[in-house]
Amino acid sequence: MDKLLTQSGGATHLLLGNEAIVRGALEAGMAFATCYPGTPSSEVPDTLYRLRKQNPDQVKYYFEYSTNEKVALECAAGAAVAGLRTLCTMKHVGLNVAADPLMTLAYTGVNAGLVVLTADDPSMFSSQNEQDNRYYARLSGLPMLEAKGPAELKEMTKYAFDLSEELKSPVLLRTTTRVNHAREGVTYAKLPKVKQTSVFKKSPMDFVTVPAVSRKKHLRLLEIYDKSQAISEASEYNKVTGRGSYGIITTAVCKNYVRDALKDLGALNQIKVLNLGFTWPLPEKKMARFLKSVEKVLVVEELEPLLEDAVRSICQKKGIATEIAGKSAKFPEVTVDVAPPKFFSRAFEYNPRLVRQVVGKTFGLKAKFTTPLKLDDLPVLPGRPPNLCAGCPHRATYYAVKEVVGKDGIHPTDIGCYTLGLLPPIQMADFLVCMGSSVSSAGGFARATDKKVVSFIGDSTFFHSGMTGLVNAVHNNLNFTLVILDNGTTAMTGHQPHPGVDTEAIGDATTHIDIEQVVRGLGVEHVTTIKPLKTKAAIKAIEEAVNHEGVSVVISKELCPLFAKRVVPRTRKPFEVKVDKCKGHMDCINKIACPAMYVEKGQAKINAGQCVGCALCAQICPENAILPVKEA
Amino acid sequence: MDILRIVNVGVGGQGNLLASNLLGMAALDSKVPVVVSEIHGMAQRGGVVESAVILGGAESPIVSQAEADILVSFEPIEALRTLNKANKNTLVITNTRPMPPFTVAIGQAEYPDPEVSVAALAKKVKNLMAFDGQALAEEAKNPLALNMVMLGALFGKATLPIGVPSIKKMIKQNTKERFVDSNLLAFDLGFKAAKG
Repeated sequence: MDKLLTQSGGATHLLLGNEAIVRGALEAGMAFATCYPGTPSSEVPDTLYRLRKQNPDQVKYYFEYSTNEKVALECAAGAAVAGLRTLCTMKHVGLNVAADPLMTLAYTGVNAGLVVLTADDPSMFSSQNEQDNRYYARLSGLPMLEAKGPAELKEMTKYAFDLSEELKSPVLLRTTTRVNHAREGVTYAKLPKVKQTSVFKKSPMDFVTVPAVSRKKHLRLLEIYDKSQAISEASEYNKVTGRGSYGIITTAVCKNYVRDALKDLGALNQIKVLNLGFTWPLPEKKMARFLKSVEKVLVVEELEPLLEDAVRSICQKKGIATEIAGKSAKFPEVTVDVAPPKFFSRAFEYNPRLVRQVVGKTFGLKAKFTTPLKLDDLPVLPGRPPNLCAGCPHRATYYAVKEVVGKDGIHPTDIGCYTLGLLPPIQMADFLVCMGSSVSSAGGFARATDKKVVSFIGDSTFFHSGMTGLVNAVHNNLNFTLVILDNGTTAMTGHQPHPGVDTEAIGDATTHIDIEQVVRGLGVEHVTTIKPLKTKAAIKAIEEAVNHEGVSVVISKELCPLFAKRVVPRTRKPFEVKVDKCKGHMDCINKIACPAMYVEKGQAKINAGQCVGCALCAQICPENAILPVKEA
Repeated sequence: MDILRIVNVGVGGQGNLLASNLLGMAALDSKVPVVVSEIHGMAQRGGVVESAVILGGAESPIVSQAEADILVSFEPIEALRTLNKANKNTLVITNTRPMPPFTVAIGQAEYPDPEVSVAALAKKVKNLMAFDGQALAEEAKNPLALNMVMLGALFGKATLPIGVPSIKKMIKQNTKERFVDSNLLAFDLGFKAAKG
């Protein structure tokens, strides 16, 4: 049996932060869960999905990969209003998509616990921005909890359900990459009996937000704010540790950095710390008492100076003269990789050394630091950027489109593996801001310029937020070609299913939805489905689509090879370059940059161990010098 | 107990995260305080993967610049790339078998000779173990067991608060049954290589 499903309490297991959220939810008796996957949150839904699939007799909660975060939250809201304990998970930018239901769900409230996970990504390890979702607690008026690591995260997740029920309000659980993707020992409590179904008691004057209802419900939200602030004041998660005449206020993963810094500086008895875990509403009275008791305070928080500003405001209101230190106004360096900032900045994540340095400097404490090595004389290192896999069908689609429109086309792109089309030699990505923007922005580019616009979107992203943009384009007579890269899975975040997936192949009881039928249903007249690995036919179809006046859609259909290997194993022979036939045009190397290819002493070659036999290079070789490996 | 900060670095697919996870589980099993952290990013697409195991009671899950006590690299140029995490006293253990990135394969960049990389490492740190770990994985008849070889080398070279029986128990319990024997053999070969 899976360790996460252990019925009894007591044992300690090494859990990933995201697994700790799952265990916490199970210990809270969660009956319903929805999500849209996204790093760093993905292992929460992936674990819920796996547990249910592998243990159908034991696992009874409902779980779905929803089409997008707004849908996930609305579905979750229905279940929680009906009376089931519900978890809804997403990455930070996902909450932008779900912000609409969130803001008014804060008014209506819920009848059973509803916990909404927002996983932020300071330093943007795999995100398009590093927005600070603590703002969402302030914007919505909902309570927010933040843990320092997996053990606390498990407890907090469980507590979040109780808090949500006590307040009859959704609760935001905010994490960052360093909490989601840390592992530590987590001690289990026992699993409860779970309430699987519920009876919904109708109460339209609470749950149908016409203005007359909402006016009342806004006041209710303000009351809940006061009530949750009182709980925050008394919360065990907002706790003072240590003693001294200096103070630090900190939260989330920074609690660890501060604790380690004080130990290393030998300052545990000189500086006391207000550790915040129940971070909205802020325990203002507790903070005021703390601030009065210290001569100087340092605020240690990543991203926006929200606690720092609150501290300044509390001091002003209460006439407290404590000296306040926090963020620097300077900007850190920007490099291709994530460089650690050298001071507390509003950009990028913190780290233990940085916190130790700033704490030492702020309070005049001597710290020992190991000296960084001088590295300016190292050999020049080749970059190792991520790359489309060997045999990735996206590469073939990009090749075919480029053959048709050349380098002059404008290519809005979207979020998925295919965003790597940004890199040379493909370089077919011109604009990207969020999920679905490829479709809608294409209309803007097409109207504003006289260039061919061919935009790219993945299958999962199309269902997520591409469909409405497409309806808009058809309705408003816009002129561009949309290529839907249908690789049969949500590849980038770890092969989660989506509505277009072959449900039979993966053994799911969900219903398959055909992308071509959807596109036709949305009113697109010129729709073609191509097999990108059949290069000639693909180019011809793309040419016709591009020449069509109005909106045209090309569905490029070929399974992600990593997914196919797992789901529908098949044997394609690897290819090799026949050296006697090759005349060194290097089209295979220069046009497609497949990681299975390499150059040895000026000769293009294929690594048979990596080649999956997609035959793209064989089709573009002007000498037909690339052929399947003959078995000995 | 002294705090020991271990950084594992490699390329997507080399099993670096499993190595850190096994080490974390062995620590827990040995009642040694431990935190592990990992950056997945787009590792599956051939990028760099880095993870950290911090033993002995520190709470921070990551290792800052110049603060790694041990740097285990599964690939020679990734050892150089991660050298900003090391200081002159850091123990560096690196596999010397190159895994050239595609930028090299397609002729956009040059891959430094592994001997040059090893010499550069030797100039920077006092304590270096550089060996062809991939050859030992192949000797164990499991080319994917480089992570086990590197774990073996770590246990052979460093003084850890965790015993060999404990990490072997975790390898047995948490790797696929048909690979357990070759994984343990790969671990032993790495261990012996470290003991010299």
